[in-house]
Amino acid sequence: MAMDMTRRFDTQVQLLKYKVLKEVARLAFNDELGENLLDIPKTIIPGTTPTTRCCVYKERAIIGERVKMAMGGDHKNPNVVEVLPIACDECPVGGYEVTDACRGCIAHRCEHACKRGAIYFDHHQKAHIDKSKCIECGMCAQNCPYSAIHNFKRPCENACKVHAISMNEDKSARIDNSKCTSCGACVYQCPFGAITDKSFILNVIDILKRSDNGRNYKSYAIVAPSISSQFSYATLGQVVSGLKKLGFHNVVEAALGADMVALDETRELMERGFLTSSCCPAFVTFVNKFYPELSKFVSSNPSPMVAIAKYIKSNDPGAKVVFIGPCTAKKMEFQLPKAHPYVDSVLTFEELQALFDSRDFDLCTLGDDVLDNASYYGRIFARSGGLSDAITEAVKELGAEGFEFKPEVCDGIDACKMALLKKSKNIPMGNFIEGMACDGGCIGGAGCLTHGAKNKAEVDKYGRLAYEKKITEAVSMLK
Amino acid sequence: MRVTVCIGSSCHLKGSRQVVQRLQSLIAENKLQDKVELAGTFCMGNCQHGVNVNIDEKNYSVSPETVDQFFKDNILSAVK
Ligand code: SF4
Ligand code: FES
Repeated sequence: MAMDMTRRFDTQVQLLKYKVLKEVARLAFNDELGENLLDIPKTIIPGTTPTTRCCVYKERAIIGERVKMAMGGDHKNPNVVEVLPIACDECPVGGYEVTDACRGCIAHRCEHACKRGAIYFDHHQKAHIDKSKCIECGMCAQNCPYSAIHNFKRPCENACKVHAISMNEDKSARIDNSKCTSCGACVYQCPFGAITDKSFILNVIDILKRSDNGRNYKSYAIVAPSISSQFSYATLGQVVSGLKKLGFHNVVEAALGADMVALDETRELMERGFLTSSCCPAFVTFVNKFYPELSKFVSSNPSPMVAIAKYIKSNDPGAKVVFIGPCTAKKMEFQLPKAHPYVDSVLTFEELQALFDSRDFDLCTLGDDVLDNASYYGRIFARSGGLSDAITEAVKELGAEGFEFKPEVCDGIDACKMALLKKSKNIPMGNFIEGMACDGGCIGGAGCLTHGAKNKAEVDKYGRLAYEKKITEAVSMLK
Repeated sequence: MRVTVCIGSSCHLKGSRQVVQRLQSLIAENKLQDKVELAGTFCMGNCQHGVNVNIDEKNYSVSPETVDQFFKDNILSAVK
């Protein structure tokens, strides 16, 4: 591996998870997982000097838990996102607290800012917060000239916009499955990697092996359009070559499914007058769990992943289909009855990187294969606003210019919440809610290798490279 | 008769949409809708020779330029 692996990920937590996935995949490919399973922690944490925890034994115990997750996690827990209690560092949870930076000034802006009278002073004029009165509004912190008041909130709780994370008696984090949407925000945000997504990497390896290079059945990789902002050290064509080298017979763009969805969703919207999108499984789950009365407005269209998988299976019934994307929620979606007959497994980009490296493929040395099925519009589904742009176009292509399309583009779960709240209260709004759980859309997905400001531009660039310029032309090939 | 056109990436870039669209209109012009079934499939593993078209398992290499001749020789003559 010539390249410095650390640069391929945003964080060291991802790197650690990747090392485990890679090792599990390597052994599984060689049919050696059974006998070597228990040695993996020592392979990854050799020696006697701890680097991340108190001792190497704890580090290895945590790796043991990661190995379990790489192998599919706890089968009794239906959620694809799980807490690894021994990895949880039990971060402080005090909420707003006055720190040592308080200089005991005489202005007392904090006291005036607090509407609840929760601030009091000791005889050195230093501020304190009476937690029995505090409502954690943060006004005191905003007004302190020394920024001496800090919010001690757990990164996981902060990341979880649906408030599904709380604390166990032993202070480890706990996920409330009845609220969780499996968006993976906590997975990406936990600085200790104590919350992680179950992997189906062993299923995928099994699918690839049993296909016996297409002799028994063909395996299809459906890749999400956000791939254009990933694997930036290689070309997309090289990634496609890598997928075929892994044993996928065919690589197809999920964006073609997005083209199909864009047209059908436009028709449905014109018929029904108001709709929310259905592409993002975390958003759909959010509606169902928190605004069940609005579930009837969720588009009846399958997600792009399911739409294209359905098409593949209708033409090749024996096929095995694996979706590869940025998304932990897709791991939940593919197990639902509406998706399960069509999608056999789901991988994230993180896991794909591990698969490539478990086979020692150096993508940069591979030839450039091609990937071109979808239109510009199908491809830009990967970023917030893309679906709405596609519907604007579809309205034109369907010759329905008279129809007034007024999208509410919701970038991230907070924005989705606002729009749904408005709808539930009958406050006048647009006629379409584009709901994406991740910030920026799927390019912000938890399973991305890297997240960055330039990713949106990458997606748009990839969109413009599409051979098909129109949605109707891209789907005209499908029957 | 089942005619399957490859719509995989490589064939797509060589014009499988144009081939499909032309075949669709030729089938309609000749009123063969109930005799010829047009289908699509992803990569047939023969990308160099795209656009690949299969008629009942037999493979042909077609292009937007040759599709009319291909239709005459292999579809029209076979069903008439
Ligand atoms: S925005 Fe995209 S990546 Fe994020 S949960 Fe929704 S579908 Fe998955
Ligand atoms: S894309 Fe048509 S044969 Fe490969």
